[in-house]
Amino acid sequence: MGRVAIIGVGQSAFSRGYPGSIRELCFEAYKEAMTDAKAQNKDIGASVICSSPEYDKQRSPAGVMAEYLGLTPQPTFYAETLCSSSSTGLKLAYSLVKSGLHQSVLVLGFQKMSEISSAESQERMGRGADIQWESPFGTMMPAYYAMYARAYLTHYGVTEEDLALIRVKAATYGPLNEKAGFKKAVDLQTCLSADPVASPLKVYDCCANADGASCFIVANEQVVKDLGIAKPIWVLGVGAASAPVNMAGRDLFTGLKVAQLASQEAYKMAGVSAKQINVAEVHDCFTIAEMMAYENLGFAEPGQGKELIRAKATYKEGHIPVNVDGGLLSKGHPIGATGGSQIRTIVLQLRGEAGPMQVKDPQIGLVHNIGGVGLYGNVSILGR
Amino acid sequence: MAGKDKKEKDLRFAKFGTVSFTATTKVNDFIDHLEKGQVTGTKCNKCGMVFFPPRADCYQCLSSDMSWFPVSGTGKLVTYSQLMYAPVGFNEDLPYAIAVLDYGDYKVFGRIGNVPLTEVQIGMELKTEVNKLPNGQLNYVFNRP
Repeated sequence: MGRVAIIGVGQSAFSRGYPGSIRELCFEAYKEAMTDAKAQNKDIGASVICSSPEYDKQRSPAGVMAEYLGLTPQPTFYAETLCSSSSTGLKLAYSLVKSGLHQSVLVLGFQKMSEISSAESQERMGRGADIQWESPFGTMMPAYYAMYARAYLTHYGVTEEDLALIRVKAATYGPLNEKAGFKKAVDLQTCLSADPVASPLKVYDCCANADGASCFIVANEQVVKDLGIAKPIWVLGVGAASAPVNMAGRDLFTGLKVAQLASQEAYKMAGVSAKQINVAEVHDCFTIAEMMAYENLGFAEPGQGKELIRAKATYKEGHIPVNVDGGLLSKGHPIGATGGSQIRTIVLQLRGEAGPMQVKDPQIGLVHNIGGVGLYGNVSILGR
Repeated sequence: MAGKDKKEKDLRFAKFGTVSFTATTKVNDFIDHLEKGQVTGTKCNKCGMVFFPPRADCYQCLSSDMSWFPVSGTGKLVTYSQLMYAPVGFNEDLPYAIAVLDYGDYKVFGRIGNVPLTEVQIGMELKTEVNKLPNGQLNYVFNRP
């Protein structure tokens, strides 16, 4: 049982209104990952296609994508955990390779959200929660996360300005990421004076819908050798957890239990602690989500996440750089593609190929990717 | 003639909330209770597990033998948020606030009723009351005791 590596990564630009079909969008990320790994379709043993339903009309997209990408007749599977679908794809691909069932597995995440209106999209996302008992009250993702924000701010005496600092950081790095959908600078005052969406979250506390695709290739050591992969990035830990879908079933509103559990599992599997993480990508669908992630991952004690952002410790030059590719807040959040985009960023960082976003000589990186409102938690740890 | 000899479907749950997303559930009596002014949960007759929202099946002991109980008294406000933007189908309701109340044995997710938002504070005691919506649908809201 050898090690499992990521040997190729790719991503389309994230944008509003991609001028093509979902399969063409996927091809962009696929081409980049395959070129990166210098792989041919015969080198891929199976594929895992990841997205979240009802943004486009295609049912069972796995077979459609496998055909368009030239990955038939290899087996293909569909993975869905809302916004963390492609991190789930990593865990599945890791399992398939580690078990010896396949030597290499390609994971492709995508979402084309522009086929429906923003209000329709909010309705779909709200239905990524409890449709029987909660959706009839008119729920949507910003409001769910806003409930966590309200509880968190009140409990720990953290301010809306602290949350805004997270957006300011994201906006610092958006312009450095050629794939990011939102590159405009955002200052603190703009964040604080923006219209409320769901109190206490305002427009700039929220990430935006986007169209995008991401792709990465997971392989065993034999394939790493056969393809002559110069800088394999090893999968050290893959943690995952789930939580009650209904808010009435939750016992924590100042953090995400799934992130705590998934990170504990990932740290244990990797044999590392939070202090050893040199660079991280966290699921900042909302500013509050990044704040809670600092604590749920163990970068800060509960209630102390604000100290990290106030001291700029999570900036590129800080002791634990977080989302220096702009995060979901600057990249945009094409649901099924987001995890793969985060994984790509960490792989590039660990290879030393992150360009203007590069942090200094990282050895171990972490990806925190949440599905729904803390419904699914995924934490993956990668190393050189 | 359609459906004459077919068993009539029990679609009572379609009445729940501004827009309901499902019509049939084994706990459809919940709607009858709302009509009578009562918000109810279920309790497992075998192991005593208490559920809100109500469930037909107990995941602890696998029994499907349940009794109804009324959500009564007050619960502590755990958290809330006021929406200024709504998903499709809920625009007419804006602005509204969603919230969670903690009753100790169980929690209830719903909307804040007639308490002005400026007076809403985490930790305050509120009660759960049935609410008739302008479109004739039913839900429940949290009000001062």
